[in-house]
Amino acid sequence: MATRNISNRPRGVSQAKRDTLSFYLFITPWLVGFLAFTLGPIVASLGLSFTQYDMMLPPKYVSLQQYQRLFADPLFYTSLSNTLYIVALAVPTSMLSSFLIALLLNQKVRGMAAYRTAYYIPSIVPAVASAALWMYLLQPQWGVVNGLLRSVGLPAPGWLAARAWAKPAIVLVMVWGSGGTMIIYLAGLQDIPEALYEAAEIDGAGRWGKLRHVTLPLMTPTIFFTLVMSIIGTFQVFAVIFVLTDGMGGPLNSTLVYLIYIYRNAFVYFRMGYTAAMAWVLFMIILALTLLQFKTAHLWVHYEAERKPGA
Amino acid sequence: MTTATHRGWANLKVLRRLGAHLLLLIGASFFVLPLVFLVSTSLKSSRQIAKYPPELIPSPWIWRNYSDVFIYAPFQRYFVNTLRIVVPSLVGAAITSSLAAYAFARIRAPGSDLIFVVLLSTMMLPGVVTLIPTYIIFSKIGWVGTFRPLVIPTLAGSPFFIFLLRQFFMTIPMDLEDAALIDGCGRFRIWLSIMMPLAMPALATVSVFAFMGAWNDYMGPLIYLASRAQYTLSLGLQVFVGSHGSEWGMLMAASTMMVLPVIVLFFFAQKSFIQGITMTGIKG
Repeated sequence: MATRNISNRPRGVSQAKRDTLSFYLFITPWLVGFLAFTLGPIVASLGLSFTQYDMMLPPKYVSLQQYQRLFADPLFYTSLSNTLYIVALAVPTSMLSSFLIALLLNQKVRGMAAYRTAYYIPSIVPAVASAALWMYLLQPQWGVVNGLLRSVGLPAPGWLAARAWAKPAIVLVMVWGSGGTMIIYLAGLQDIPEALYEAAEIDGAGRWGKLRHVTLPLMTPTIFFTLVMSIIGTFQVFAVIFVLTDGMGGPLNSTLVYLIYIYRNAFVYFRMGYTAAMAWVLFMIILALTLLQFKTAHLWVHYEAERKPGA
Repeated sequence: MTTATHRGWANLKVLRRLGAHLLLLIGASFFVLPLVFLVSTSLKSSRQIAKYPPELIPSPWIWRNYSDVFIYAPFQRYFVNTLRIVVPSLVGAAITSSLAAYAFARIRAPGSDLIFVVLLSTMMLPGVVTLIPTYIIFSKIGWVGTFRPLVIPTLAGSPFFIFLLRQFFMTIPMDLEDAALIDGCGRFRIWLSIMMPLAMPALATVSVFAFMGAWNDYMGPLIYLASRAQYTLSLGLQVFVGSHGSEWGMLMAASTMMVLPVIVLFFFAQKSFIQGITMTGIKG
């Protein structure tokens, strides 16, 4: 992040006062929105999680009962473990494939722009359309994917119709739409100064050595950033699964992810207190994981030493 | 000798390049072929779709699936409804976010650093934690079943857009602004007549992402819209999937119609897409 570029020229006191006024005036629309749609609801949802509320009768204070019910709810654990499964499979798969593609594209290959477009476009396809498309492609009996698998002699799984294959199918669709990560990596790779590679070559580094000692260390901040954001995003996967399974998270709850269960509790059963508790538990899990990543970042994320101006 | 080794090296280089292209092509087919099937299936007859193994090229080419979509669902209405959400959300992106971004980039005020940190941390906030109370509030004030819950919050601007625009404003030289300040020009005039015109590329970027966000949004319309007359494209398409799930030609035609504007937008604003993703990590 760039440092704040603010002029240090001395200005009159009245200018400073006027600036304070303009600053707060300028951020007012966002600040109002933040208080009304972010901070307020965060606090309210914590409060709500200690109540029983169905939107008809007034909320009733029930202390920690919603949390107790939640931790005794088998579907809570099902939805949590399904979500963790998808996070654990989709995040590394899409990061690794994006990184490999970006590496290949960074070699000044001809047609780079065309390849980049090809890899990126699926990520801008709306979730509902992408779900409809993959529903067709993944049809177990006559679908394109299984047709392809059979033609090379591979077994053709039941994908979204089979309990064991539904989650991998979802991950497949998610990886298909992960071109954005590739673009981020490609931009990061292109920012690495050529001089560093030349210096490594003089030191006798081969292709592998350059990758290991120049590319990877310099890419760790970018990788860290995508890791944090993908984990937060994947924990909240919803639309694709909702459409693919008609809102059910089937077959047999095998794709019942956390947000689908939240949706069901809130907008099918109207258990608002219970859902608020669910949302807070997820919030705490995501927050803990994010903090853990920030706390352990120094172990593997390489930050360039701060260069002081004029030093 | 030397020429032979030289030739050997050149061959190796050619091989390596070919290998890279081969890998890239295999990878690209995983990303592109599904979309080719999307369009080609939308142009096939139901008899050809039922064939196994599946064929890639439609024969004969038929356009009926596209007209059939409009018989079974009012897609033109879904389109208009989507625009009623998309267009106002551009205002929030371009105007409100840019005002705040300018303040964060250029104006020093007590508390401004702290507020900026708060803004940054909301970028990582899981949206689900605000979902329930927001829904309850909108429901109590009678907004459920209207477009307001999908439009009004976007008018406040988004932390992603504010951050992106701030980064852009910081790259604009101070000179122009300093001269204007000395001439007694107010901050609002500086923002409007100096910064906004210079920020057009960045404004295009945030507009593109605001458009994408509203166009692709699924959960918002699912929760807040009540009647079919209000459905957006993503909601309309989902209902279509549910009720015509076996009529693949029509389903693919409907999906193509939803995807096409986004892809056209990408080809017109490629730079904005790339810049937006690399600066903030929004992935469309």
